[in-house]
Amino acid sequence: MRREIPLIITTVAGLVFAVSYFIPHWPFGEAESIFGDWVAIIQAFAIWLGALNLVKVSLEKIYRKKEDALYAGIIIVCLLLTIAVGFYDGFTGGPQSSFRDTGTSFDWIYRFVYTPLTSTMFAMLAFFVASASYRAFRARNFEATLLLIAGFFVMGGRVPLFHLLLKPFTDVPYFSEFAGWIMAYPLTAGMTAIMIGIALGIMSSSLRIILGIERSHIGGGA
Amino acid sequence: MVSTIATVLMWGVGLSLIYVLYRTIKGHPIERRVVFLYIALTISLPLLMGKTAPVPVTADVQQLVDALNELTPGSKVLAAFDFDPASAPELQPMGVAFMKYAFKHDFKVIVMGLWPQGPQQANQAIELAMKDEIIAAKNLQYGIDYVNLGYQSGAEFVIQYMGSEFKRMFPLDDRHIPYDSLPIMNDISNFSNIDFIFNLSAGKPGTVEWIQIAVDRFGATCGAGNTAVQAPQVYPYLRSGQLTGLLGGMSGGAEFEKAINEKGQASTFIFAQMISHATVIAFIIMGNIAFFITRKKKKA
Amino acid sequence: MAQKNSKRISIVPFVIVISFFSLIIFSQSIQAQTEQEVFDSVQALIRQAEAADIPPAPVMKLQAVDNPNDKGGAIIVSWDLSVDDAEVKAYQIVRSESKDAGFELIGEAVRGNNTFVDNKVEDGKSYFYRVLSMKTTLEADNTVRAVSSLQATVEPVVSSAQWFYMTRASCLFFVLLISCAIIFYINKAKSGADIYVRKIAGIDAVDEAVGRATEMGRKIFFIPGIQDMNDVQTIAGIAILGRVGQLAAQYETWLEVPVSKSLVMVTARETLKEAYTQVGRPDAFNQNQVHYLTDDQFGYAAAIDGMVVREKPATIFYMGAFFAESLILAETGNAAGAIQIAGTAMPSQLPFFVASCDYTLLGEELFAASAYLSKEPRQLGSLKGQDFGKIIFMAAIIIGVIIETFTNYNVSQYFKVK
Repeated sequence: MRREIPLIITTVAGLVFAVSYFIPHWPFGEAESIFGDWVAIIQAFAIWLGALNLVKVSLEKIYRKKEDALYAGIIIVCLLLTIAVGFYDGFTGGPQSSFRDTGTSFDWIYRFVYTPLTSTMFAMLAFFVASASYRAFRARNFEATLLLIAGFFVMGGRVPLFHLLLKPFTDVPYFSEFAGWIMAYPLTAGMTAIMIGIALGIMSSSLRIILGIERSHIGGGA
Repeated sequence: MVSTIATVLMWGVGLSLIYVLYRTIKGHPIERRVVFLYIALTISLPLLMGKTAPVPVTADVQQLVDALNELTPGSKVLAAFDFDPASAPELQPMGVAFMKYAFKHDFKVIVMGLWPQGPQQANQAIELAMKDEIIAAKNLQYGIDYVNLGYQSGAEFVIQYMGSEFKRMFPLDDRHIPYDSLPIMNDISNFSNIDFIFNLSAGKPGTVEWIQIAVDRFGATCGAGNTAVQAPQVYPYLRSGQLTGLLGGMSGGAEFEKAINEKGQASTFIFAQMISHATVIAFIIMGNIAFFITRKKKKA
Repeated sequence: MAQKNSKRISIVPFVIVISFFSLIIFSQSIQAQTEQEVFDSVQALIRQAEAADIPPAPVMKLQAVDNPNDKGGAIIVSWDLSVDDAEVKAYQIVRSESKDAGFELIGEAVRGNNTFVDNKVEDGKSYFYRVLSMKTTLEADNTVRAVSSLQATVEPVVSSAQWFYMTRASCLFFVLLISCAIIFYINKAKSGADIYVRKIAGIDAVDEAVGRATEMGRKIFFIPGIQDMNDVQTIAGIAILGRVGQLAAQYETWLEVPVSKSLVMVTARETLKEAYTQVGRPDAFNQNQVHYLTDDQFGYAAAIDGMVVREKPATIFYMGAFFAESLILAETGNAAGAIQIAGTAMPSQLPFFVASCDYTLLGEELFAASAYLSKEPRQLGSLKGQDFGKIIFMAAIIIGVIIETFTNYNVSQYFKVK
């Protein structure tokens, strides 16, 4: 039964979702909402599960004095501090205010700790894009050369770089238009083809899951 | 003073690239860390130079502006901020420009977020927009002229439910005010009462979900601003007419600012992006030179 | 997947698609006449309205109908704009359950809008609607005076739920067609038919990648993306984790799965435990192999980057849904010298993985991987059904492009799903 019950839930929920897309009438429209509510509730509670696991793993690292015990300590302190500040702001802010309002301590953490940290990670993309381009855009063969040429025009055309170089001769943004053309047609054509393949892959996977042929995700072999 | 020093340094960095090219031709390709150093310099120095670059407005951006121009004062606009601070450099200027446009044209703005950080980003955008003299003079009221419904978990399911009733997903707004006590929400029950959706997206849930559910299933009209990485995935929806206008990355933001005549951060940032693109192009050329030299040596 | 017998099945979809297009063209030619008649009557009404001289002029041709294709509880009120639309402040919609009295304001539509959806109705009850075109004037004493005009509906309206979304009929047709094809090929495979699937280099390299980690005595990292279990990509990733787990258990190599969603943690743990049990090594499984980091996208990327730099794993798998963090992770792994195998159905992230990883499963290959690794006939059969779907799409695209280019029929509108 340990396997059968999840399989039955998967099949029923999968079929109800599929059918309710075509039948708005009760009970299908409602059933879809009910399953949606369940998902939201389970996801909300699951956040605690994750947080507790994080604390457990970090405490174990500290207890066993592992190499990265220092980082584990920082994680626990930051986690507890952020929760405490959020609660404090939430309880002291009055009935019609949010802990997220401008000027709260939580907002300060958000603006001056969280924002710079995540922005830093995202900004690292600039470096990685440059090093990956330096390696990947090489005219090894015909296809790679085409990729190189397209990349060259898109990179120069999506910013005013080539437009500025051409400005003494003409005001018409030819390169910008050409980059736009590459994005609008060849890229869209390729993307659409990949997306159709993906959609079919999703459909086939979903059917395998609904029919119970694919069971790896519930801890079972095929 | 700072801009002059930055300009001089920038020229120095540019000229030093010639030396790097010389080294590459001599068979000494540069290593990863040097590439990183150049990128750091060519992004940060142009930011200090404080210059802007002339951007031509592309059709995708113009389509969004045209759709906004068609809206009349009092139109209800849903602004979905689905991103976090990481993507803020690209998306926040779009959000600020949009808020300025919406408030100046007397739209009723309803803000929400499918990402927990979205509503806070929206608050920052509203705060900045309110500093504009024309908007400040309007003395806009929270709950009447604009509202922040806050974040709701459940990703695409939230959009799905909003299709039947907004109130079910947002019984209270971000300030804990009940839905029914917000005058702006009085005659809004679902997407059929919303004139335009503007979505700022850095991933999932984001523009694709808004298109697939709000547009395709509930007939809403939606325009979007996306990070440059995310934009190619949305292009097919733009071509098919499901998406009404797209601002792609920093350049999209700068074009939007130009098209609605609001000079903002994107117009400044685009200059730095332009210089860094030029640097990457230079490195790609050098990479190819190094590649051909190595291949020639191998053949020999 | 290129498969045998593709010639034989390729004719069927073309016939189906051609029949579908013929039906559309036939129905469109009938509809064109009706649209012309409606247009003429609207023009006549507008001319009639233009003759009126009462500011603000009332709205014309007020209609209220049950909202089609819904689960009930909604009525659409529509009208032709007042000829004084430019002066109108808003159209006020009022509703009552009796014809002459008890009308209450239920909403407003701003100037230029000619529809309003009333979502606050009960199914089975009759409702009467009126729409007032309202104009405001500023009086001398600074008070705002509203001037309105009236017009009532002729017939009462009742809302009801429908049993089928008519606008999704074409979608249902293709979903059923492709689903039937997939089920047909699954059954065919079950009965012992030979199913050929082309080689997928990325999946074939899994053995080599796990073996390399064993030789080097270093860890394997498996990153299942940053989406939750409701994303099919995550499920596909977890299915592959099962196979990787079996190999890791056999080779006695430490496999670590840092996750960004709690539900993924629970599922991955169960999958890995089962994988270790299946190869007879349940004792080798440790709960801490699967651990949660953070839901935050870049917090997750930062944590994994740190682990990769510190622990220098020999092999890294990226299987699932990835966003902007893809290149940050893959480039760090590349710099750490790990052999990397990625698989995602996020089109915008594919180029990054291709540039930084040794092998990449492109889009649909991620979903095929589980079937490919299992070698189970029923799973492989579903891949062939997928190919049938591809031929249907190709046929529809080719025929659609020909019709749209060389004729006046707008067939694409019938493929729009609302």
